[in-house]
Amino acid sequence: MTVLSVQKLTVSYRKNTVLHDVSFDIPQGSLTGIVGPNGAGKSTLLKSILDLHPPVSGSVTFFGSTFQKQKKRIGYVPQRGSVDWDFPTNALDVVTMGLYGQIGWLKWPTRRHRAKAMEALEKMGMSEYADRQISQLSGGQQQRVFLARALVQEADLYFMDEPLAGVDAATERAIMAILKELKEKGKTVMVVHHDLQTVKDYFDHVLLLNHTVIKHGTTEEVFTAKNLTETYGGTLKVMKEGVDHVQLITQ
Amino acid sequence: MSYTGWILLTAALVGASCGLIGVLLILRRMAMMADAISHTVLLGIVIAYLMTKSLHGIHMLIGAAIAGLLTAFLVQWLHSRGIQQDASIGVVFTTMFAIGVILISTSVGNVHLDVQHALMGEIAFIPWKVTTLPLIGTIPVATGILALILIIVLGIILLFYKEWKITSFDPALAASLGIPVVAMHYLFMTLVSVTTVAAFDAVGAIMVVAMLITPAAAAYLWTDKLSVMLVLSSSFGILSAFIGYYLAVWIDTSISGSMAFTTGIVFLVSILFSPSHGMVGKWRRTVGTV
Repeated sequence: MTVLSVQKLTVSYRKNTVLHDVSFDIPQGSLTGIVGPNGAGKSTLLKSILDLHPPVSGSVTFFGSTFQKQKKRIGYVPQRGSVDWDFPTNALDVVTMGLYGQIGWLKWPTRRHRAKAMEALEKMGMSEYADRQISQLSGGQQQRVFLARALVQEADLYFMDEPLAGVDAATERAIMAILKELKEKGKTVMVVHHDLQTVKDYFDHVLLLNHTVIKHGTTEEVFTAKNLTETYGGTLKVMKEGVDHVQLITQ
Repeated sequence: MSYTGWILLTAALVGASCGLIGVLLILRRMAMMADAISHTVLLGIVIAYLMTKSLHGIHMLIGAAIAGLLTAFLVQWLHSRGIQQDASIGVVFTTMFAIGVILISTSVGNVHLDVQHALMGEIAFIPWKVTTLPLIGTIPVATGILALILIIVLGIILLFYKEWKITSFDPALAASLGIPVVAMHYLFMTLVSVTTVAAFDAVGAIMVVAMLITPAAAAYLWTDKLSVMLVLSSSFGILSAFIGYYLAVWIDTSISGSMAFTTGIVFLVSILFSPSHGMVGKWRRTVGTV
């Protein structure tokens, strides 16, 4: 079943076209890595899918319907660098923010909401940091807080912008365990990813992007040296080692 | 109430409402917008006067709200056309302020509306312009309006507390949750405008920026909680108003000037002594580790 369908999406910032004629369908229960060089429009793709940066043309359908009707089923994890970590708030409070849409207007978060947020923090191994001001968390811990916030949303379709960028190895394992668990529950996850070496281990689907879709499909058929060279152009050196182990170096 | 009492109450109301608004201004990184709006409301007031021929509170508030919204909209529009945020603020507010100044000196003539007054305010005159309200009795007009503004500001901040928090911290997530980020932005700009114009009479366009930004910046140094920051910031505003008034009486100087000066002193004390960000604390910790 298709949970997300993007058709002929074109997006520009002022006069520069960042994405051109982007079309793809995402099947339910897939874990897709969005891969491409810097400036390929990966974050922009997520933002325009979520209507945060409206596209010039093209259409996006969620569960066969519109974003407005389905937004409660959609979760978004922005880049860690997109917020001000000096903001006067603590980890538990940030996770509770994931519930603000459900709480509704003119109501305050209750004990039940905070308990739910606490549960998500626990799941990310962060319960002892609940009261910590967020600037006093390490990069990996901040990312775990963001993941916990996405978990409380209990969405069916998640978009994550580089959740593994600049995190420690333990956090990377914790996040990947959660993503696999979401997938097992039948949820669909799209992740902007930068580390080509881990793509094969982490994702069952890959979307190769460089201003438009270069290739999209299962990791096995799409994540090949030939397609990657096409995506990254001349900036990529591919070194073949052994049978199915491809090591990639970007410059 | 005595003459001094009215002045202190008025100044405290300015300090409290500016302190609350200031917290959101700082957290939304919009301190410069306060500076801009504090000037462009002049244009709104002048146009409201030209249309209604009166300087009554409510017309001024509406004029100011429109001018403030226009400022926010024009800044956003220029920015979306590729002009840097700070440059567009600079262009918009100076131009609108200049139009206000030209209108004052050509069309308004001799009425009680001059540039000096608009920039510096004159809190000392406030107790003499009174009005009589049912149940409450005779009170200075400016004090009544400021009390109303404080209730509005406090009400809107409390009603939409979680929405203010999330749109300030993470607007992208807020938008993806369906919270109207753009509408909240313009609602906030309206609050900044009406607060500014209400505080105008008391402290003027320049000092109101000090009342908006400095207590909030000082409060930021003392706490890691938004709610505490709001309480501290408005308390610092009230404290500055009180100390500033008595300082002005003592050395016989401008009341609004010494109130703004006091906010600077509060900030200086905060940056020296706050437990986590204070210089003294940092110095002691450094010495302690040696």
